Amino acid sequence: MPEEVLQAPLVLEYPFTRTTGPVVGRFLTGLRERVVLGVKRADGTVMCPPLEYDPANASALDEMVEVGQSGVVVSWSWGGPRREQQPFDQPVAWALIQLDGTDTPMLHAVLVGGPEQMSTGMRVQIKWREEREGHITDICGFVPESDETGPKASATVDLDSVEAVESVRTPIRLNYSYTPGRALSEYLYAMKDKRIIGDRCGDTGQVFVPPRGVSPVAGKATTGMVDLPDVGYVESFNITRVPIAARPDLQPPYCSAWIVLDGASVGFMGLVINCELESVRLGMRVRAVWKPDEELGISATNILGWEPTGEPDEVIADIERIGRVGAQQTRRGAERGGVDSQQRGAL
Amino acid sequence: MKDVAIVSFAQRQEAQIPNESEVEMMIPLMEQAKSAVGLSQKDMGFTCSGSSDFLAGQAFSFVMTIDGTGPVPPISESHVEQDGAWALYEAWVKLQCEDIDTAFVYSYGKSSPGSLRDVLATQLDPYYVAPLWPDAYAVEGLAARMLLESGKVSEQQLAEIASRSRLNASTNPHAVRNEKKSVEEILAEPYSADPLRPSDIGAIADGGAAMVLAAGDRARSLCERPVWIRGIDHRSDAHTLGARDLTSSMSATIAAEKSGARADRIDLAELAAPFTTSEAVLTEALGLGDGVDVNPSGGALAANTMMAAGLVRFGEVFQRIARGDGDRGVAHAASGPCLQQNLVAVLEGE
Repeated sequence: MPEEVLQAPLVLEYPFTRTTGPVVGRFLTGLRERVVLGVKRADGTVMCPPLEYDPANASALDEMVEVGQSGVVVSWSWGGPRREQQPFDQPVAWALIQLDGTDTPMLHAVLVGGPEQMSTGMRVQIKWREEREGHITDICGFVPESDETGPKASATVDLDSVEAVESVRTPIRLNYSYTPGRALSEYLYAMKDKRIIGDRCGDTGQVFVPPRGVSPVAGKATTGMVDLPDVGYVESFNITRVPIAARPDLQPPYCSAWIVLDGASVGFMGLVINCELESVRLGMRVRAVWKPDEELGISATNILGWEPTGEPDEVIADIERIGRVGAQQTRRGAERGGVDSQQRGAL
Repeated sequence: MKDVAIVSFAQRQEAQIPNESEVEMMIPLMEQAKSAVGLSQKDMGFTCSGSSDFLAGQAFSFVMTIDGTGPVPPISESHVEQDGAWALYEAWVKLQCEDIDTAFVYSYGKSSPGSLRDVLATQLDPYYVAPLWPDAYAVEGLAARMLLESGKVSEQQLAEIASRSRLNASTNPHAVRNEKKSVEEILAEPYSADPLRPSDIGAIADGGAAMVLAAGDRARSLCERPVWIRGIDHRSDAHTLGARDLTSSMSATIAAEKSGARADRIDLAELAAPFTTSEAVLTEALGLGDGVDVNPSGGALAANTMMAAGLVRFGEVFQRIARGDGDRGVAHAASGPCLQQNLVAVLEGE
């Protein structure tokens, strides 16, 4: 293969909003009001941050108690350069901090200039964010106790009289450099020249499109690429009449079809266009509609859709085989030199 | 109980495998593991795999890799979002429960498309910890400092673990970090996640592993020296980091007791310890004495292939025992932050 394998940026985002439940919600409500709560276990010890259950014996916990806003660094590490997603504007020390009046440490950041300012056993106190919403990041971080950090505990707040936090936003964003691999890269490069290629199974002769480098029938690497014509038939279709939020370019109604190219052993997805949607039927012959030459890229979007050729319909000989590998075995498909019946029989 | 053995193994680990999709990466390994014992997918009673969608950046990414097995006609199959050692465990249970005598296990992970340090932050508590995006190495650094300050281990001893890993890895063609370094050279490295140095942190790798299991006489018919799984167990600690002692591993200790690893004579052990500190904790938890050859391959420090590092440990023990370098070994796999989950097995040659 002459060209290099393709790579493209891929961003994965989950805009999660999570339900908090009564214990986590109460804790986060407290943070919004600059109050820190722990939860009491059966043995009288206090966990902070609080869990709804005791990890030691799974018993339900719900007795919330206010704890201190200062504590002791039980352990710490210095993670080096700041990472993009972190809610801090500087490199931070990570620490397990045991707040006064608690028996388990919480993980949070200590806002210091470098590791030389950290030591196990040092006392730190909360630095509150100005704008708070009921979130773990309402705590900007911890600072050495001697520093000026504004007003301390607001013990006068009655948490029952303020709006309770019931959900919390915890978005995830991860950056990847995605590769489709060797076979799909070759497929996408061919698209630039308005060519559709599949790959062949060395054991059965079947042709798969798009090519993925593997024959699912044999469980082996495929043995080479095959050029396929840009004509075939509709093996199945549906007409969608509701919009999809993420695809504003897809205006309903539209027809998604499973299209079997002449010489291919499996179908693949495409849109049927340039015809009345009500006229689309199983066996209808279609041809690819390509973007204008000057707009062609290394992309499967080069095919705008599939339009009727006007040829007589494909007669699908064995309806039972639709959707299975080799289903293209039709009367006309056989005439065009598709996979022969002996190979199909191997399935 | 059926006697179940490992009869073949194939692996590939490299710093980066940038040009291949997951299935393209795995097909040669799958073929290699099966053809080594003259079997095809049709001979497999059960197939189980392990991988992670968060490494691939794609939902249900494993379904595409199944094509590499040749699931026509449909195969009996399962998948775990775990290291392949847990897939091996499921296959072992399936062999005990059903009238089958072979199973195929594989797992893989490509960390290079993303940032593993960030991906691993998403396994932390979603309310209290993950929104802070603590660096995965910094989280282990918290456990490491507790371990150092408890006096259980010194920086010198951690450097000795790192140095030994590099020495052993120098003869392992699958190791990613295989350049020898003395203890003094390692101690001179600047911290990368204070108190951890670069050599304390497992070398991130892309790759995978494939393995065939067989029961009883079927195993004896497939290879000269089957390596029997004499005991296997896995345990999990609490997820909350503040709720457990990070200087020891209760889950590894129990798994080691249940699998027989603490009771039996052991010649070698392969530990999926992603940090030198994890190896120190595990050596104690598994009760590995001075006579045990620990991580003769270099271990996961030499190549930490997410989702496969544990299954590779089984493979490394298998290959050594199969060729006569020892009779009894321990294979270990881990998952979760700060060794939350541990799987331990005792393997023995015929």
